[in-house]
Amino acid sequence: MAETMPHSAATSPAFAAPGRDAQAVFRAALTALSEPGRVIDLPVELETGLPVGSAALALLLALADGDTPLWLDARASDAAGFFGFHTGAAVVAAPQVARFALIADAAGCPPLHHFALGEEEYPDRSATLIIELTRLAEGGPLILSGPGIADRRQLSLAGLAPSFLADWAANHALFPRGVDIFFTCGTRLCGLPRSIRLEGRCM
Amino acid sequence: MPEIDASQAERARWMSCLSQADPASLEAAWAGLHPSPPHRWLRQPETGLVMLRGRAGGTGQAFNLGEMTMTRAAVRLEGDRPATGFGYVAGRNRRHAELAALFDALLQDETRRPALLSGLIAPLQAPAEAARASRAAEIAPTRVDFMTMVRGDG
Repeated sequence: MAETMPHSAATSPAFAAPGRDAQAVFRAALTALSEPGRVIDLPVELETGLPVGSAALALLLALADGDTPLWLDARASDAAGFFGFHTGAAVVAAPQVARFALIADAAGCPPLHHFALGEEEYPDRSATLIIELTRLAEGGPLILSGPGIADRRQLSLAGLAPSFLADWAANHALFPRGVDIFFTCGTRLCGLPRSIRLEGRCM
Repeated sequence: MPEIDASQAERARWMSCLSQADPASLEAAWAGLHPSPPHRWLRQPETGLVMLRGRAGGTGQAFNLGEMTMTRAAVRLEGDRPATGFGYVAGRNRRHAELAALFDALLQDETRRPALLSGLIAPLQAPAEAARASRAAEIAPTRVDFMTMVRGDG
């Protein structure tokens, strides 16, 4: 009898302790968005063989479900079976209908306005992007300011395209509409809600 | 309803049998497997609700019959013939869902299938079939056949 599912990530387990791990993810995501620029370590290990870090996978496992269409970039496309099985999320081809987007190749991230930006009356009907970086650390040339930050916070990022800062400035100008971002790197994550202003350099 | 082929129908039959089997028989059969096949859980048993659908009159319009508590599990059997097994059982018995998933995975292995079909599935199906047949035989004499004359529309 033929295998109904291919080998590899489609048939990798999700959380080892679903209740505990999902709560840890919610807590981390809440902290990350309410204190933008803090790098949070997420102690959830996932072995999937996918070219995406545990923090990004864990965020989607906890947050995505059958009501949140998911867009995956080319590098993350192998994760479709994994998320379909564990979350029931529909993987969509069109970025503008997705509620979550997983960008495993940060430099190739589509322009932010290609994603759902929400409406004036319903700004929450927008996409949340999870972008995997090659480097994410507190302190550095990128300066964040805005709600949730007393004065300023600084970050070092690597992996984004040079156009990202201009793209983000355009997203910021759309407030209350716009997208929100979680940056991830391995087991670490950092929140960037649309209300935050970015200055300085990404590299 | 989508078309299903013979091998899918066979799998559906054994999955149905495992779901309705007495969990103690499954546990005994699992304990009898030496060595215990290596496996890891894709989905540990989780209990939830499913909506049962019916059709009016058996063939008419679909409607929601009601919700039923159900427990499901999914396991990946490792080794040289890996397979993914799914267990769905009515009620809350987590171990039953685990065993149904484990045996579904084992039955997909063609080298183990004949022994399991004859040693596990057939003995479980036999009493259920016998009970169904005897109940049908009890009811059959009470059947009333109506004959209706269809009158043409004048």
